[in-house]
Amino acid sequence: MEILPLCLPVVLRNLALAGTVHSTGMAAQITIQVNGEPCVIEAEADSKLLEILRDDLGLTGTKYGCGESQCGSCTVLVDGHATRACITPLSAIGTKPVQTIESLDKGGKLHPVQEAFIEEGAMQCGFCTTGMIMTALELLSRNPNPSDNEIVSAMEGNICRCCAYPQILAAIKRAAQAMRRES
Amino acid sequence: MNQHPYPIEAERYELHESPLEPTELTRRELLKLLGGGVLVLSVGTCVVTPANAQRGAGGGQQQVSQRIGAWIHIGSDGKVRACTGKTEVGQDIRTSLAQAVAEELHLPIEAISMVMADTDLVPYDQGTFGSRSTPTMSPQLRRAAAAARETLIDIAAEKWKVERSELRARNGRIEEVGGSNTISYAELASSSSMDRVIPENLDLRSATNWSTMGKPAKKTNGKEIVTGNHLYASDIRREGMLHARVLRPPTLGASLVNADTSAAEAISGVRVVKQGDFVAVAAPTRRLADRALLAINAEWRETEQPSHRELFEILRGTAARREPPQGIDIVEATYNISYIAHAPLEPRAAFAETTDGKLTVYTGTQRPFGVKAEIVAALRLPEDRVRVIVPDTGSGYGGKHTGDAAVEAARVCHSTGQPISLVWTREEEFTFAYFRPAGVIEIRGALTADGRIAHWEHDNYNSGGSGIAMPYEVLNPRTQSHQARSPLRQGSYRALAATANNFARESHLDDLAKLAGLDPLEFRLRNLKNQRLRDVLEAAANHFGWGKNPSTERRGFGIACGTEKGGFVANAVEIEIDRGGSVYVVRAVTAFECGAVVNPVHLRSQVEGSVIMGIGGALFEQIEFQNGKVLTDRFSRYRVPRFRDTPLMETLILDRKDLPSAGGSETPIIAIAPAIGNAIFAATGIRRRQLPMAPTGLPLQ
Repeated sequence: MEILPLCLPVVLRNLALAGTVHSTGMAAQITIQVNGEPCVIEAEADSKLLEILRDDLGLTGTKYGCGESQCGSCTVLVDGHATRACITPLSAIGTKPVQTIESLDKGGKLHPVQEAFIEEGAMQCGFCTTGMIMTALELLSRNPNPSDNEIVSAMEGNICRCCAYPQILAAIKRAAQAMRRES
Repeated sequence: MNQHPYPIEAERYELHESPLEPTELTRRELLKLLGGGVLVLSVGTCVVTPANAQRGAGGGQQQVSQRIGAWIHIGSDGKVRACTGKTEVGQDIRTSLAQAVAEELHLPIEAISMVMADTDLVPYDQGTFGSRSTPTMSPQLRRAAAAARETLIDIAAEKWKVERSELRARNGRIEEVGGSNTISYAELASSSSMDRVIPENLDLRSATNWSTMGKPAKKTNGKEIVTGNHLYASDIRREGMLHARVLRPPTLGASLVNADTSAAEAISGVRVVKQGDFVAVAAPTRRLADRALLAINAEWRETEQPSHRELFEILRGTAARREPPQGIDIVEATYNISYIAHAPLEPRAAFAETTDGKLTVYTGTQRPFGVKAEIVAALRLPEDRVRVIVPDTGSGYGGKHTGDAAVEAARVCHSTGQPISLVWTREEEFTFAYFRPAGVIEIRGALTADGRIAHWEHDNYNSGGSGIAMPYEVLNPRTQSHQARSPLRQGSYRALAATANNFARESHLDDLAKLAGLDPLEFRLRNLKNQRLRDVLEAAANHFGWGKNPSTERRGFGIACGTEKGGFVANAVEIEIDRGGSVYVVRAVTAFECGAVVNPVHLRSQVEGSVIMGIGGALFEQIEFQNGKVLTDRFSRYRVPRFRDTPLMETLILDRKDLPSAGGSETPIIAIAPAIGNAIFAATGIRRRQLPMAPTGLPLQ
């Protein structure tokens, strides 16, 4: 995992704000593992992971789309499982590793799933794309050669309002092929 | 009837637009804005003003700047920046406009960087709607790029004292054909003034000779999207930024009597903004802002509000119907169209900050200059103190013409002096944004003895006049769009009313075909002279294998076509109906033609996206409302198409290099609903005269 450039300064900023947050009377210092780095935040146990990622850690690649786990825009991996960050409280995370879209490319080299989304033109406005990629990542980690039906089942919880579904399906198949070649 | 905070009428934006005052910038200011190291082609002042902007009442056509420097800048690094007021909302116009500039400057697409939708940097633009970017902006940028190319040749010819006919532009350099002279665009542009007017007569490459346009091009900022690095308006963060929430009425139409904000103000770190009926809170974290909003004790005066159950009676009104013609057998029917939501995945959002006395607002909108005008008016600020920037946006589909979130963020920022992020919740988006208009459509048709259309009347109440014109041959068709008072806030939507009008027309034609005893395809072709529409209809039918298999009780085949905004579309579909009456589109063949294709991969994506999106409005999307509340105010209550709703897609793009390019992101949505309806009819004999047609399945026996 790479070091998140945003992680440290944001932590410091939040510590500086600690007095303000403490005024609610419920905030506590919590450490979570995000993209391989321990991140210290001031938050309540029922704070949602999505807010923490976007607002405290500045990891805005994870999107808010509905707040009720219906659209999949906020999908991250928690302990390798595709998880809707918008409804996941911090208390459910504990020490489990959280992986966001920001961890996928290494030194400027894109992950095969990211490459495949570009190659297949599997995005229009792109707002659902990061959630789609994270969901696809989990699918491909447990099923390296999914059928069309298996892809549709795995992706059913992710909405693309531009309806680029045929292109996303093609991208996941392309990525699966590329990842099988690599491994 | 409730009163909307920002009342709008259907299609208003497509018809009227007040011109803005031009923004004058000095060259130095522009250089500063574009960043260091950038050299501007035109020397002197005012490269981003809409030249000779017409002002005054009436919202007349604003003249488009015809100076090279308003559109094209060549940097010392050889990078070309092309400016446009168009916004990128997922239609991939950023990529296809870059193709257009690259084409005429004889550069690879990678050399072009699009500066889009920044009111300080780009020429005035009405907005991104009506499928106008490809037919109007693309030629405008091509002409500016071609003029820049010819100017570079002029400068080189003068420099080398050679005939300009001896020179050619190629891959970022001007070269002497058969000679040794060669020089980069960047060097030429920095050595001489290029402050010129774009000439009238310019040689633009014809589509048959295109080298960059007409070829597949990948999304130019795809890498930023897949890495999550692209910052949508909702993603912008700043030191000291506050998250804002706005106090909303509990029911539509409610007005604020009193708001006690003392408890909210008592929370440390919370700022409260009260300006008349506008009440907002801002706090360092979103959760604190949410908490502060809940702490406000507000008293509202609520009014009686209509329900979706009486919607169509309200819209139809009591206007008298015309007398039907005598002496022929009239087939008449009424079609009811529900409100639907755009539900862009990125809700309305804005980030506002003040720097050097200027209020800068980043927001997702299709009308950056219109939103700037809204902010200027709301805050009574001088025009030059407001700047609107539209980062590539999490979609719109016609749903982001207004500046709601931008004005709200601007108010809070202006009042608190802090950078403000304001993102609507999904429930706010479903309740306080605007909808695709609902409507009531009445059609009367009649046949001649030989299966031709003898009579046609088409009245649309409230949903609009787009696509109402009769494309089939009939003597004196009468079509009319009637305005009505909409119970809910409504506005533009992808293809506007063309979806509704085409649904009603193509359903009605199917009934006439049945009455005439003719196959639906044969009946259409018999009554259709428009060759481009015939071409897509026949292409779809042939590819589908139309007529090979008869429909059965559980499996139906349907066909429909339509034309709008310079595009021509036909759908042939196969549907399955399960025992519960649920309808599944299993195969959809689409034929689409919009002139010369600019970017085949993105066009295909737009066409298929339109068709799948159209399945939602055809079968299950609808807004339900009651007692001032939108009941379908979240994705768990408002069903949109998902992976499982996607049929086998077979898409034929007819590339007409002999015809000018039209936009392709709207029209492909207009034929899928009637094709599905006609398939339902073919299978079951049930004619669904409503959109959506089967939100809870078909009423099977």
